[in-house]
Amino acid sequence: MSDRSKLVDKYFRTENLPHIWCPGCSHGITTRAIVKAIDDLGLNPENVVIVSGIGCSSRAAGYLNFNTLHTTHGRALAYATGIKVSNPKLDVIVITGDGDASAIGGNHLIHACRRNIDLTVIVFNNSIYGMTGGQYSPTTPHEAFGTTAPYGNIDRAFDLVKLVEGAGATYVARGTAYHALQLTNYIKKAITHKGLSVVEAVSSCPTYYGRRNKLGDAVAMIQWMKDTFVEKRAYERLDEEQRIGKFPFGEFVNIEAPEYTDKLYQMINEVEARHEAGV
Amino acid sequence: MKLEFNFSGTGGQGVILLGVIMAETAINEGYNALQTQCYGPEARGGASRCEVIISQDEIYYPKAQKPDYILCLSQAAADKFAKGLTPDTVLIVDSLIDLVEDPGTEKIYKLPIVDTARNKLGKEITANIISLGAILEITQLFTKEALLESVLDRIPKGTEEINIQAIEAGIELVKNWNENK
Amino acid sequence: MNKKALLMQGNEACVRGALYAGMRFYSGYPITPSTEIAEMSAVLLPTVGGAFIQMEDEIGGIAAAIGASIAGKKAMTATSGPGFTLKMENLGYAVMSEIPLVIVDVQRGGPSTGLPTQSSQADVMQTKWGSHGDNSLIVLSPNSVTETFYLTVEAFNLAEKYRTPVVILTDEVIGHAREKIILPEPGEIEIFDRLPPLEDRPYRPFGVEEGDKVPRFAAFGTGYRYNITGLYHNESGFPSNSQENAKLMLERIHNKLKDEEIIKYEKYQMEDAEYVFLAFGSTSRSAVAAVNELRAEGYKVGLFRPITIWPSPEKAIDEIASKVEGICVAEMNLGQYVLEVERIAAGRTKVSHLGRANGDILRPEEFVNHAKEYFNER
Repeated sequence: MSDRSKLVDKYFRTENLPHIWCPGCSHGITTRAIVKAIDDLGLNPENVVIVSGIGCSSRAAGYLNFNTLHTTHGRALAYATGIKVSNPKLDVIVITGDGDASAIGGNHLIHACRRNIDLTVIVFNNSIYGMTGGQYSPTTPHEAFGTTAPYGNIDRAFDLVKLVEGAGATYVARGTAYHALQLTNYIKKAITHKGLSVVEAVSSCPTYYGRRNKLGDAVAMIQWMKDTFVEKRAYERLDEEQRIGKFPFGEFVNIEAPEYTDKLYQMINEVEARHEAGV
Repeated sequence: MKLEFNFSGTGGQGVILLGVIMAETAINEGYNALQTQCYGPEARGGASRCEVIISQDEIYYPKAQKPDYILCLSQAAADKFAKGLTPDTVLIVDSLIDLVEDPGTEKIYKLPIVDTARNKLGKEITANIISLGAILEITQLFTKEALLESVLDRIPKGTEEINIQAIEAGIELVKNWNENK
Repeated sequence: MNKKALLMQGNEACVRGALYAGMRFYSGYPITPSTEIAEMSAVLLPTVGGAFIQMEDEIGGIAAAIGASIAGKKAMTATSGPGFTLKMENLGYAVMSEIPLVIVDVQRGGPSTGLPTQSSQADVMQTKWGSHGDNSLIVLSPNSVTETFYLTVEAFNLAEKYRTPVVILTDEVIGHAREKIILPEPGEIEIFDRLPPLEDRPYRPFGVEEGDKVPRFAAFGTGYRYNITGLYHNESGFPSNSQENAKLMLERIHNKLKDEEIIKYEKYQMEDAEYVFLAFGSTSRSAVAAVNELRAEGYKVGLFRPITIWPSPEKAIDEIASKVEGICVAEMNLGQYVLEVERIAAGRTKVSHLGRANGDILRPEEFVNHAKEYFNER
């Protein structure tokens, strides 16, 4: 029996399969990377909570046999905040997409980063709204096409890594569906990191983004990731000209800072003790 | 017995706290009391009004319908409330305020509340507690001890002494007014 | 020993009631005239080991509270005006996924930013119909500081018992008024906690066990791994597109609130009343004053006060409609709950509306004049 099917049997609600993702969609690779990370870390599934928003990626939650919460569009981080604060011993992982996390949920994203609450956020970034059929998102590249950008996207794209770093996330990494092993490692480090961690998982949507932008089939899009993404340290050694058309992946932030629920319960415990002592 | 009070002034003068202390004292003394406030968006400087109803019976309609006592600590408040009153209404205003020719009542107390707060007690913020002392002396509604208890409950620690002085000063202002009338 | 009477603001009574009922989580966003509920929660929750979070926006405020409830805490959020509008999306989520939650709406003048520091009752239809889809939830309306305390306790109990969001629909007058309250001792009011899964059978997160009113609730992290979603879902919580399932599920969520024990109302001077005021919240206080005045003059008037606004006290209003000559629905809006009363009365009695939406509570004399006009024209 292959390693993959063992993971499926162990962590998936197989009665709910097959999943809704299109053939060639890379969300399965990223979902597997999450499950592999959980398995490698030996987390107790009873304590794992997966919170998702709305969109293709957010459907992952329902297939996974943990405590899973499929919320409203953009709000996963706010729900997750309530869960984590109420029970800090839970391992809370947020699965979200580029539109869910950085458009409709952008405010929750930056404030979760600012608080440095111990949540792990995995952004499945396929640069498009897939569930609704291919509209441009905040990470759709400038001049790329979407059904709502029929003449080319005039918006500028978010760099999610820079966005969450600026907002205060204390672990930030970018992986891709092609670099699945590294992606799993980043997710493992993100889960064990104490504080708000974000892993941007560059994903491919051959059905909408690929077709609309003439990027070829699913294999070609994965090949594009291989050709385009350069490990951060190697990327830094490239000169300006060599960097054209390349993007870095890797770990961008890994720092320690006071964690929100730690600080919160420290305060609560002090106030409660004072109160009980009648001070 | 049912009495209605309308306290008005400028935001920051503490008229709402004044109403809260009146209502709290009334409840401690076994009455029913209800305090409401009407205010604008400004925390400081805007018009501020507070109403208190004190009654032996249940209080239904929560606003004052015909106030028995009106206190105005600012000109703007007086311009709005110190007019068209009925003869049995008691009007208490700061002595700096210019009243309209005929506010409708002759039961008027013009007291140097703000001046006392500013110059005698050295803290303008005590104007509301001075007013409380004055109202106590005019209405004789509670004992001084009962009022003091509620005042001390609601003020910051360390300001007890000046607030006790403020109550006494308010009582004095009314006594002087009655003597010199 | 007589318990001490306190002077307390309505918004504070709400927080005291919530803590009495077991609230251990509050998340919200500051907005007038509900802010004191957040402030008091921030002060008091840590004293009992509970958590307060000020979220980044109104939506986050309700979303985090739902998350806390899913993790097993009794949770509340409060808001007003535009904030209530922003909460609609996730209010619907709590309805759909059957999450116990208490939401306080301290009504202020609208539409839009409106009259932030003045009162209104113009959200009464929004509570029921504001979130999209056929929304079923419980809405309670207190008319005093004391009742704010007791109805907040009740709201938590109902939320837990029926696995539903419960809205406490108060208003600026009740929220900001300070009046006398005598707080009950712990144990004086029964507190209800959501029922945990039964040990002797497989857990069905959205299946109702025999003898139960609603599905049993397993908090996340307690050993039952299942899915919660805002999509229509099967008994396991997994999304389902089946129209048959959707029909059954929506009907179950709707019908669970048809329990008569949810319905609370108060009748005043109704025995021989020929003409009846129907009013709730702060407006009902003016109505009592008016009834007293009219009765003293010999007019046979009464007051019916719905305490449970939604589901509406349909049976009681139905009975009144078949008995009295006229019903005047008084509310601080341009005519909302009157539509529900007209629907129930179905032409059997004359239903009129007395309303205003300028921030000022209706005055007793407006009721008196309205009733006299009716009696004069009779």
